[in-house]
Amino acid sequence: MKYICLGYYDEKAFGQLSEQERTAFMDECFVYDDVLKKNGHYIGDEALQLAETAATLRYQNGKVAITDGPFAETKEQLGGILILEAKDLNHAIQIMSKHPGVKGGPFEIRPAADLTELVNESERRRSVATEK
Amino acid sequence: MSQATKPVHEIVDAVYRSESRRILATLIRLLGDFEIAEEAMHDAFAAAVEQWPREGVPTNPRAWLVSTGRFKAIDGIRRQARFVSDGPSGDGMMTELADRLAAETEDIAEKLDESVEDDRLRLIFTCCHPALAPDARMALTLREVCGLTTEEIARAFLTSPATLAQRIVRAKTKIRDARIPYQVPSQSELPERLETVLHVVYLMFNEGYSASSGNSLTRADISGEAIRLGRLLLELLPEPEVTGLLALMLLQESRRAARSSPDGEIILLDDQDRSLWNREFIAEGTALVRQTLITRRVGPYTLQAAIAAVHAEAQTSSATDWQQIVALYDVLVQMIPSPVVELNRAAAVAMRDGPEAGLVLIDALLARGELDEYHLAHSARAELCRRLGRKDDARVSFERALNLTQQEPEKRFLKRRLAELA
Repeated sequence: MKYICLGYYDEKAFGQLSEQERTAFMDECFVYDDVLKKNGHYIGDEALQLAETAATLRYQNGKVAITDGPFAETKEQLGGILILEAKDLNHAIQIMSKHPGVKGGPFEIRPAADLTELVNESERRRSVATEK
Repeated sequence: MSQATKPVHEIVDAVYRSESRRILATLIRLLGDFEIAEEAMHDAFAAAVEQWPREGVPTNPRAWLVSTGRFKAIDGIRRQARFVSDGPSGDGMMTELADRLAAETEDIAEKLDESVEDDRLRLIFTCCHPALAPDARMALTLREVCGLTTEEIARAFLTSPATLAQRIVRAKTKIRDARIPYQVPSQSELPERLETVLHVVYLMFNEGYSASSGNSLTRADISGEAIRLGRLLLELLPEPEVTGLLALMLLQESRRAARSSPDGEIILLDDQDRSLWNREFIAEGTALVRQTLITRRVGPYTLQAAIAAVHAEAQTSSATDWQQIVALYDVLVQMIPSPVVELNRAAAVAMRDGPEAGLVLIDALLARGELDEYHLAHSARAELCRRLGRKDDARVSFERALNLTQQEPEKRFLKRRLAELA
């Protein structure tokens, strides 16, 4: 099964680390990422730039409003996502418990939702609509 | 994927389905840790997918997977040791662990086939260890021994996957921290430890058998897993009570189709359509009961199975040999003195000697107070009062039972009975 791990971290606290601490932390994370890639657990990942670079879109009063910055103003911001292949939730927990990144902030593990059936249904609806 | 590699993938899948539980059980013994073993098994199967198309399927795939998994785990611990530098469990200890594991079992491949069934028993006894919380025992057994996923188990127990995942994590931590040994108990401990295992299996069966709520299909699956586990245990440890439990589960399961209506309403034993009973299960269960009674080492599961077999043999409710059922309950009450068993005995006496005789026993039991909160005691009393035409007494007891039960089908059943009285 596919699991999405959302990695959160405190941007401010991370910024205050020394150069050496920061690189040591990243090295550890990348080493473990390589382990995941090698043993077939890794499907993909993306790291995010600082939350201040975000633009949030919201539908308000019939039009799209744009705000500067992240959707939620919290101490810990989303720093990146990792997509995992694991047998079940316990397996995903086990794999991510060993990820050094968890020392930098919480991981939220969410099972991927399979929308194939919903998409198929939608396609059927739309094809019926065009026939008419 | 080329055409040539496809059959190998299918072989790997088939080996996974038939062997993964055995491989895991052996790797836990060799590596001394559930999580390292699980990861090692994953790595071994990943290696098989990659190497078997190129090098051919090994003659003994299980041995290949075990030694590959073990090798990968030791290699992994070594690799990790080079990067882990903080804390008291620093690199020295990790390297030492890897060395020890590597030195311990040089010729495992040869010895493997002798010990593999023992490993499965070790896994069962560890998952059902009395030091673990009862609900954790069941969850762990379903995941590690039966191979169900956390999500499947959560669905069957009507709980969230995260809650169940945590239960499993805690249980594994407990096994590690409390150093619960990975072994089959010695002869002197065996009867007591086996009792815990059988209890877990029977709870699992009842979890799927009680018509409480939720998706009935997944609930039936849990009973099916319990029966499979019973069969496995019997194969590994042919003790009379293991046979008795399997027989009991088969005989109860044989009535599944008849015990509720298509819309989920309860149908009592007396009113069941006996043509819906599963004859195959009855034949198998009855044969197992006979086989165990001959050993003369009869335990509570066997006795309960024997009672179920007497019911199963009767063509109609009235043709039931109540004499024999009461006699079996007499022995059971002596073996496990429990008010619930006495209640069942009273119900059988009511069938043998008439409702009046049963009512006297139930009233005496209720007067003792232990069954005051047990809804089935009150509904049994109500049923007998109803048969005696004592409508007011029946109403009071049905209402008491209704207040005590949580299960929706039971509530609907009791409300129907109350409506019939009016």
